[in-house]
Amino acid sequence: MNLDQVELGSLYRVNKVNAPKGAPQIKGQLEDIGFLPGEPVTVLRKGLLGNGPYMVRVGTSTFALRKSEASMVSVD
Amino acid sequence: MTESKVHFFSSEPVVALLGNPNCGKTALFNLLTGSRQKVANYSGVTVERKEGRLTLGSGKHIRILDLPGAYSLYPRSLDERVTCNVLLGRAEGEKRPDLVICVLSAMNLRRNLRLVLAAKRLGLPCVVVLNMLDIANRQGLKIDIAALSQELGLPVVTSVGIHANGADEIKHFLSNLDWRNLSALQTGTSDATLENVASHIAHTESDNVQVHQILKNLNLDQIIPDHFSDRLDAVLLHPFFGPLILVALLFCIFQAVFSWATLPMELIKAAIEFCGTQISQVLPDTWIRSLFINGILAGLGGVVIFLPQILILFFFILLLEESGYLPRAAYLLDRVMGSVGLSGRSFIPLLSSFACAIPGIMATRSISNSRDRLVTILIAPMMTCSARLPVYALLISAFIPERKLWAAVDLQGLVLFLLYLAGIVGAMGVAWILKHFTSEQFRMNALMMELPSYHLPRLGNLAISLWQRAEIFMRRVGGIILIMTIALWVLSSFPLPPEGATGSPIQYSFAGMLGEALAHVFSPIGFNWQISIALVPGMAAREVVVSSLATVYALSSSSADAADALIPLISSGWSLATALSLLAWFVFAPQCLSTIAAVKRETGGWKIPIIMLSYLFGLAYLASFITYRIASALGLG
Repeated sequence: MNLDQVELGSLYRVNKVNAPKGAPQIKGQLEDIGFLPGEPVTVLRKGLLGNGPYMVRVGTSTFALRKSEASMVSVD
Repeated sequence: MTESKVHFFSSEPVVALLGNPNCGKTALFNLLTGSRQKVANYSGVTVERKEGRLTLGSGKHIRILDLPGAYSLYPRSLDERVTCNVLLGRAEGEKRPDLVICVLSAMNLRRNLRLVLAAKRLGLPCVVVLNMLDIANRQGLKIDIAALSQELGLPVVTSVGIHANGADEIKHFLSNLDWRNLSALQTGTSDATLENVASHIAHTESDNVQVHQILKNLNLDQIIPDHFSDRLDAVLLHPFFGPLILVALLFCIFQAVFSWATLPMELIKAAIEFCGTQISQVLPDTWIRSLFINGILAGLGGVVIFLPQILILFFFILLLEESGYLPRAAYLLDRVMGSVGLSGRSFIPLLSSFACAIPGIMATRSISNSRDRLVTILIAPMMTCSARLPVYALLISAFIPERKLWAAVDLQGLVLFLLYLAGIVGAMGVAWILKHFTSEQFRMNALMMELPSYHLPRLGNLAISLWQRAEIFMRRVGGIILIMTIALWVLSSFPLPPEGATGSPIQYSFAGMLGEALAHVFSPIGFNWQISIALVPGMAAREVVVSSLATVYALSSSSADAADALIPLISSGWSLATALSLLAWFVFAPQCLSTIAAVKRETGGWKIPIIMLSYLFGLAYLASFITYRIASALGLG
């Protein structure tokens, strides 16, 4: 399951980050800010009509992600 | 706003402050060096190089360098690259630091600790500072400092960035350090190089495992939610009320700029008039008196009077920055920005541009996507900077009647709001057009923006920043504006009119001739020769236009008290169509020289500044032409 499909407010764990073919650098960028295997992650809001931007808490910090970015994070 | 490097005391040890964005590093830097710099709450504010000097208890001096905040030592944006280069001793003209202070936010250990592990690999002597310990303790987080130090193999000291003596422990530690032998604090090999992608990914994963282990050993594995910020976000980021609150907030700010400033502006005006009367009593009626009254006093007074409005605008921008609301506003606006091919990240540089385009252009360094960065630089000057405020304020006071529309909304404030809106709409339009010139692969722009916890803004910080703004403004008044004012007075006063000339003397001067020539270019958009003259020195700094108009009109009128208000003069002399056309001109107006210089420096060449200058000039002319023609057709000419 990817982060754009999860339930609002529930706790998940990051599995891994899958970068799209065209932009491999995004994987590293997401990992740098904390989307690493095993990290606890919660989606706090999904924006208007669920189209983003997402407000995501990973570990102890909160980030704004676009829907496309959230869809790259696979979670359990 | 220069970024000249500080190179004094080159023999003294250099200590670099390294940390994640939002870890309180900048506040700590202020405490250590006593130097005052802007402390803000959103990611990537520290894009300038900041250095200070600390005198230790032993009388020894050390240099402290505040590095831009970084999430990792694998650079992804320009300011992260600066941080890496300095740490590797590769930055131009920069000595490799003798000691690295890794600043950790106690609130965010997981993410911050990974950076410490990466820093250790650099082979530089390191010491860890655990910051924000007071907030962590208040939230029930107990951190065993001795155990953390043991886990990391590095000394750990604590600090509280918001207390006046919160850095005492660090000062004490640095005072007792043996500066000739720092190798005890060194863990890696000293020939570290920039990590390549493969090793960075490998390290990220192993570091993560190690951080988890450390947190587990310290019994810090649980997550304590930030209820206060979450409750505020429920309202401020609400999908419907959030944007509404944002618009209302911005609207109130613009209302306040006008209504709060009335009294201080009256006082300044009275003071200028008093000076004028005093000078005319002391000086005989010669060219010296004209220089003082028509030149300097009319010119500078016309600009200084807008200081209250500028400070009120800055006060609100700083307040939003300090509180942590600013990245939330960027979050709310991401969809709008996305529709023109940008991301919410561009919002922060653009908002800074409302104060001044130069810090705004410099703040684009935190945008990792180079296309987004370029587009943001190109449209930043369209955000109404505070230098344009005096021009708007003058024209609005002269031409828009003071009338209450409903409740607390007055017509003048509404017009000001619309002018700001026009700049924003223009900028969005340009970004939208540029989006269609970008190929798909470069459009992959990231948001990935941290939303830090809300903080109560500290009045001390606000006061310091506001004072700096007032100082910068007054220095400009005393510097460039004074010089341009005197230069314009000379050009406008000589050569003297021939014997028996009718008309005012200025028409026979150099400035008069220049104005007549320029008026050919500007008459289709309704500018008279007085405006045309004033636009020339306005290239140096936009607010100079106001002082230039004051000087030009003071010299063309025969009235003795020429330092008198410009407002009645132009409101009777210009048509409404001309005034509206000039307002439209200033929404896009060609840039001041310092902005052009900043763009050249940031983009590394003349190409972008020339493109920017020509398209903005074209837009300004077009907008003024349309405005003037429509207004004239409506019978306002």
